[in-house]
Amino acid sequence: MEVEQLKAVSKNVRKDILTMLTEAGSGHPGGSLSAVELLVELYFNQMKFNPDNTTDPGRDYFILSKGHACPVLYSVLSQLKCVDNKELCTLRKPGSRLQGHPAKDKNLPGIEVSTGSLGYGLSIGVGVALGIKSRQGANRVYVMMGDGEQQEGSIWEAAMSAGHLKLDNLCAIVDYNNLQIDGKISDVMGVEPLADKYRAFGWHTVEIDGHDFKQISKAYAEAKSTKSRPTMILARTIKGKGVSFMENNVDWHGKVPSKEQRDMALKELEK
Amino acid sequence: MVEVLGKKATRFGFGEGLLELGKKNPKVFALGADTAASVALNIFAEAFPERFVNVGVAEQNMMGVAAGLAVAGWIPYAATYGVFAAGRPWEQIRTTICYSNLNVKIGGSHSGVMVGPDGATHQALEEIAIMRCLPNMTVIVPCDMVETKKATMEASRIDGPVYIRYGRESVPIITSEKTPFKIGRAEVLTEGKDVAIMACGTMVYEALVAAEALESKGIGARVVNVHTIKPIDEKTIADAARECGAVVTAEEHQIHGGFGSAVAEVLVKNAPVPVEMVGIMDVFGESGNPADLMKHFKLKDTDIVRAVEKVLKRK
Repeated sequence: MEVEQLKAVSKNVRKDILTMLTEAGSGHPGGSLSAVELLVELYFNQMKFNPDNTTDPGRDYFILSKGHACPVLYSVLSQLKCVDNKELCTLRKPGSRLQGHPAKDKNLPGIEVSTGSLGYGLSIGVGVALGIKSRQGANRVYVMMGDGEQQEGSIWEAAMSAGHLKLDNLCAIVDYNNLQIDGKISDVMGVEPLADKYRAFGWHTVEIDGHDFKQISKAYAEAKSTKSRPTMILARTIKGKGVSFMENNVDWHGKVPSKEQRDMALKELEK
Repeated sequence: MVEVLGKKATRFGFGEGLLELGKKNPKVFALGADTAASVALNIFAEAFPERFVNVGVAEQNMMGVAAGLAVAGWIPYAATYGVFAAGRPWEQIRTTICYSNLNVKIGGSHSGVMVGPDGATHQALEEIAIMRCLPNMTVIVPCDMVETKKATMEASRIDGPVYIRYGRESVPIITSEKTPFKIGRAEVLTEGKDVAIMACGTMVYEALVAAEALESKGIGARVVNVHTIKPIDEKTIADAARECGAVVTAEEHQIHGGFGSAVAEVLVKNAPVPVEMVGIMDVFGESGNPADLMKHFKLKDTDIVRAVEKVLKRK
């Protein structure tokens, strides 16, 4: 898919995120909006993923470690027709397959495992990547984490094992938007120098602008061609990207827009 | 005399069961956390090095990696000492493994005070409580090495998480290859109508010895081996309680939330009879030799006899 089309899909995904979160009345817009381009490029151009057969053994795997950003994933799955677009409005409602954090037991196509408790996704990704290598498979594994999530100790256990096991079929992405619930990452508990840390753990690292499709595409390609090491893509992003009153504002981590704010945001996206 | 067929640590039942299973089922994968030899995982690791990973001293990661292996279609068995298998990565087990109902088997070795000289830090006394409260989890506490081997192999037939609790110290072998074993079904070992003694793990042997002593006093004890704590065999437990009118539970585990509590939950709903519980009385373990510790913490056959005498007065 070309950049112009990717941009059009991304716009729709952002609209979905705002619409579904407003309807839900709770949830996490900031970290969903920051991850849009990273996920759109991944699902539309990079991953082996058949929307008609999401459990195909030949698929690539995606694990959303920062599970609170699930609206972006649900929307991308809906753009791919895995999920009916109308179902997006059931987000966080009783009986919905679209739980507040991704839920494996609700059998939503494309959800590999339940996630949302931070710090767990990278270990799961290591296990999937090891499992694929152990059966001589060629599939790849992608894990998206948050930047605040890097404060979890379990991440570093996983990082150590991925380097040790030389899992070059594993690509992790940090949606590096600089904000967490309590404020700036650098104020709450600094995680820098993050690239150096991963390199010290045996990873290949790439630092990019996480909203620039050319850079994103190049980073995923670089991960695919890197041998004997897992790849970490540190993607600099803007929390709340695309909605001016949400951008870089920590208040929009876990607060949803009113109907009026939603309409303003949708109008801005149409510009 | 209680028929004893030998003496061996239950951990070797786990190791041998895993090896046999590995030969039959190419999907079985094992994970260790730097304790592979002491929890008898090395038996499998040496036979199938391509299906074994040692994650080092990193139990949270071990459970996450096990979950990932299950997502990729393997049947992972992750094992280490019970404190570190159930306690340290409890939330990974809860949220990643159980909530996703992943096909991960967990071996919790070094359970109970019989771990001995290492002391309280390494004596797992809480795992039954913290594993049985998790939805989708099956919890098995086999009574000897032979039963542990069966449990390890049978666990692979369940499509979901299983926790198997076993130990490091040699204990009497009281079952044989022919003894019936079905996950979820308690086995009545002795017939008796005066009191039912429900036991799991190492305490099954103690219960059998206690039953002999009681017989000489004219008290008929029905010893029930409740190896599966979840899902628990409500019928066998309730029938025994109704027919005997009094129950003693015995476990090498904390008294709160563990096996005795699980039995009591069945009884209050189905057959509310007097119950006395033998177990660790809300204290931590300590260093010592295993046999002395069993006496010190009142986990011997004689303690079960005393509990029976007490419960019979309440009948």
